[in-house]
Amino acid sequence: MFRNQYDTDVTVWSPQGRLHQVEYAMEAVNQGTVCLGLRNKTHVILAALKRSPNELACYQKKLFKIDDHMGIAMSGLTADGRSLIKYMRTEALNHRYVYGSEIQGNRLVLDVADMHQRCTQSYVRRPYGVGLLVSVVDATGPHLYATEPSGNYYEYVAMAIGARSQTARTYLEREYLTFNECNEDELIKHSLKALAASLSGDTELDVQSASVSVLGPDQSFKILPDTEIQKYLDIITLEQGNNNNNTNMDVDQDEPIIDPDA
Amino acid sequence: MEMDPTTRTQQPIVTGTTVIGIKYKDGVMLAADTLGSYGTMARYKDVRRISKVSDNCIIGVSGEISDYQQIQKMLKEKHTEDINHDDGYSKSPKEIYNYLRAILYQKRNKGNPLWNQMLVAGYNNNKNFLGYVDLIGTSYEEDFVATGFGAHLALPLIREKWDPELEEGEARALLEDCLRVCYYRDCKAFYRIQIAKVTEPDEDGNMVMISEPYNITTEWETANFDLRHPHNGQDGSSW
Repeated sequence: MFRNQYDTDVTVWSPQGRLHQVEYAMEAVNQGTVCLGLRNKTHVILAALKRSPNELACYQKKLFKIDDHMGIAMSGLTADGRSLIKYMRTEALNHRYVYGSEIQGNRLVLDVADMHQRCTQSYVRRPYGVGLLVSVVDATGPHLYATEPSGNYYEYVAMAIGARSQTARTYLEREYLTFNECNEDELIKHSLKALAASLSGDTELDVQSASVSVLGPDQSFKILPDTEIQKYLDIITLEQGNNNNNTNMDVDQDEPIIDPDA
Repeated sequence: MEMDPTTRTQQPIVTGTTVIGIKYKDGVMLAADTLGSYGTMARYKDVRRISKVSDNCIIGVSGEISDYQQIQKMLKEKHTEDINHDDGYSKSPKEIYNYLRAILYQKRNKGNPLWNQMLVAGYNNNKNFLGYVDLIGTSYEEDFVATGFGAHLALPLIREKWDPELEEGEARALLEDCLRVCYYRDCKAFYRIQIAKVTEPDEDGNMVMISEPYNITTEWETANFDLRHPHNGQDGSSW
């Protein structure tokens, strides 16, 4: 797939009918840490694995609010992602000013996808190297969309993108039929378990690296604070007992079970 | 070659007068006459000042008729965009009202207003909607509103009679009465009117109904206008 004579410019087709630059851009998304999203009939959850470049550095933010009813998770070139976030926030706010209401999710995602596409058909630009998972609750209900550097966008009930996302997708494929019967807490637990599935080797999921957001008809986009994430991680550990698994935490067995609604 | 300087709207030329709107039991109703006045001349006698904007929204416009036509064009464009998106979502009456406000306010700030006062009426999510927007960007929602002379002549009559549970027949009668008074006292009003309503879908699925123009009855024999009445004519007034 790599290194051939038709891949220097995005405006050059290969004899096989492919735009290699676009495909390479999609590879950049796979190099980013995993993000995933899932939804039921009312709520949409996003989860992401944060990474820090070295011990001294902070963990890089992966979940961003676009508007009260919309948020995104990004995977890939986060700088590219930031410019898309700026665009989406401006469009959403402008829509509020002009129409006095929240922008329809699919219309904004369509605009973003068109932006991506323009970069695949121009000599002076390069494709965006970032994939977005967009969670939105609007007049037509809860939605989860994924955008790609190619300019394609799809709607999902559950999806994961980024490095080792296949294991997360496998988990979601196994569990997604039960999501409509799950409440918000159960969805969050599923998201953390799916996230844990994509960890490499012996790494453990902890509050520094796990990031979760919730969005619902009465719940504007909220990124859960560390304390709440810790509660969910603890519950998952308790439920799975002391098995050797990725969400293993040093939990004192004498501690009372934490009420997630407290 | 001499060129005229760029100018901005300074005065309206062909104008429509009062539009009245009231919320009632089944939805919301608008009424307006069909006159386009050229100054004080009753020049265009079949101007449809109430028009359908989308399946659940109508507007009634007073002021400059050419600016009204421009607004119709803009709203039609927006509606077409919605249809072309083909995603099951189209702008609610409130969103259309906000859009008009944003446009009118911006043009006012540039010193080149669309010289209109208009009512936006609609029915969405089982609730009726009635809003007012004008040439300087003022906007508000209300249970009953009127533009132009109607604000002075009709609103006091509506305040006496209005109730959120007015039946359709009562609402029509009230609006006709108001437009009758407007015709008596507003020199740019006319006796040919239209009434329009937006309600829940009827058996054909229509929410919007705009009537064909019809004449309202008037009575000129009343004491106020009759010179034979003892009190009239002595000071030249007809009050």
